[in-house]
Amino acid sequence: MNRVQWNKRIDKLFNVFGIGATAFGLLILLALILDVLIDGFPRLRWDFLTSFPSRKPEQAGILSAWVGTVWIMLTTALFAIPLGIGAGIYLEEYAPKNRVTDFIEINIANLAGVPSVIYGILGLGLFVRAMHLDRSVLAGGLTLVLLILPVVILSTREALRAVPFSIREAAYALGATKWQAVRYQVLPAAVGNIMTGIILAMSRAIGETAPLITLGALTYIPFLPQHPVSFSAQVPFLHFSLKGFLDPFTVLPIQIFNWVSRPQKGFLTDAAAGIVVLLAITLFMNGIAIYLRHKNQKRW
Amino acid sequence: MEAKNKVVRKFREKLIERLLFLCSLLSVFTTLAIIYVLLSETIGFFKEVSLIEFLTGREWTPLFTNKHFGILPLVCGTLLTTFIAVVVAVPLGLISATYLSEYASPKIRNIVKPCTEILAAVPTVVYGYFALLFITPLLKIVIPNLAGFNSLSAGFVMGIMIIPLVSSLSEDAMHAVPMGLREGAYALGSQKIQVAFRIVLPAALSGITAAVILAMSRAIGETMIVAIAAGQQPRFTLNPLVPVETITAYIVQISLGDTPHGTIEYKTIFACGMVLFLMTFVLNIVSFKLKKKFQEVYE
Repeated sequence: MNRVQWNKRIDKLFNVFGIGATAFGLLILLALILDVLIDGFPRLRWDFLTSFPSRKPEQAGILSAWVGTVWIMLTTALFAIPLGIGAGIYLEEYAPKNRVTDFIEINIANLAGVPSVIYGILGLGLFVRAMHLDRSVLAGGLTLVLLILPVVILSTREALRAVPFSIREAAYALGATKWQAVRYQVLPAAVGNIMTGIILAMSRAIGETAPLITLGALTYIPFLPQHPVSFSAQVPFLHFSLKGFLDPFTVLPIQIFNWVSRPQKGFLTDAAAGIVVLLAITLFMNGIAIYLRHKNQKRW
Repeated sequence: MEAKNKVVRKFREKLIERLLFLCSLLSVFTTLAIIYVLLSETIGFFKEVSLIEFLTGREWTPLFTNKHFGILPLVCGTLLTTFIAVVVAVPLGLISATYLSEYASPKIRNIVKPCTEILAAVPTVVYGYFALLFITPLLKIVIPNLAGFNSLSAGFVMGIMIIPLVSSLSEDAMHAVPMGLREGAYALGSQKIQVAFRIVLPAALSGITAAVILAMSRAIGETMIVAIAAGQQPRFTLNPLVPVETITAYIVQISLGDTPHGTIEYKTIFACGMVLFLMTFVLNIVSFKLKKKFQEVYE
């Protein structure tokens, strides 16, 4: 066999090898999903979603956990989306090429790689202690804001960069100011890709456990944060309150972690069922993001 | 009227630019806040514990009555799990990247790439559960003296988690290698495998190194997998079969207990956080510079 034939054979072999290496991770993922489905199946009942955690594994549920997750996510989205898009717009559209910009850029790149548990320590020092927010929804949400901001900023920039320069020039030619060009031309063109980035960042935030534990979020919460809207028999019948943001909370991943670290077998079933719920949410959000990205692959 | 409009408009434009600038300045503020929070408590910590003991001590027992504050066991646990993760992720990730960049059709690449990225999206607490209750029992069949908590299965699962980081970023780097280099090699009679490994891989090396370093940094900072599956026993060992504790797992362990503010145990969180921050900071900056250098060459 000469060298060319030999190399051709190696080529074929490597092709198989490459497919195998690529598929390996996905097979593990499949095993993981099957494993938690089988483990958690006995506890996947409706009352699992509507009961509070309990000392008896067969009665324990994730009500306070998923409600807490919703609260935290709303808080995070409220701050992270405007701040992240704003910073992205500045860096991509406005920032002059100078040292300050370079410094901000390297800062963001570094922040994207800071371990999440460090953000928990930051939240503990800044929000819980210095700002006296205690271990509240607001403290947890703000911590996650800082955590996902770099991701939102980077994906916003990428989305804006994909909009061709001619769009901006056309807007200027019609007499638009810089902000008008950005607001009415560039942003609408980039909004699909920005959304993709935000959904991915939020799906990451939903699964974050370590920063919230470090913050001191409790693992056993048998109540819900105060609902922002409540009804009563007296005038004006309807009451609004933001007090819930200052209530203590737990989230789904923390509840799962709590169950995993208990010795009783029954709680492992609860943990697996909780994981099924958490995985369903994350995979669903990632699915939407992939779909959106695919849909928005516009060629200019 | 016209002139007044112009002034208002100019003012509004400036105001918006300032506001957007403030948004991006928040990142600088975050970094400063991290450093400030870590430093303020770490200084307090080193008033009670000598730096020498902290950096060279081989015993970490802040929760015992006989307290020792040598961080080496935690660093050792961190490096051990990270090493295992890298050993798993780098070969798989690189082969996968080479395949996707050089062998797979664009259509396959567009389908497969987002799928593998889902691996990085799975919450880490889920991976922890999987490592503890699926991988460890599975490995026990092969290695009977494997402990229930060990760095092997935690590191392995962590490796699976960071595959997309290695493969995706390496693939980007290989993709950016100009076609002309490949065509030149083909013109000289090379075959695909030679082009892939002797031309594209070396040409993309700084980009690939950046990806691997970033993956290492992610593994060092990963928390829940090791907190759940690697155990919580600080141990100065390179044995992957026994329980260890990483820096991150220790921070979680302390945070779960009710540690009063101001005690030495409380301050250890910040000292450990500082070590962790410095380790990942150096890796992140090196990775960033390498990537920038790579981009300057090819883009």
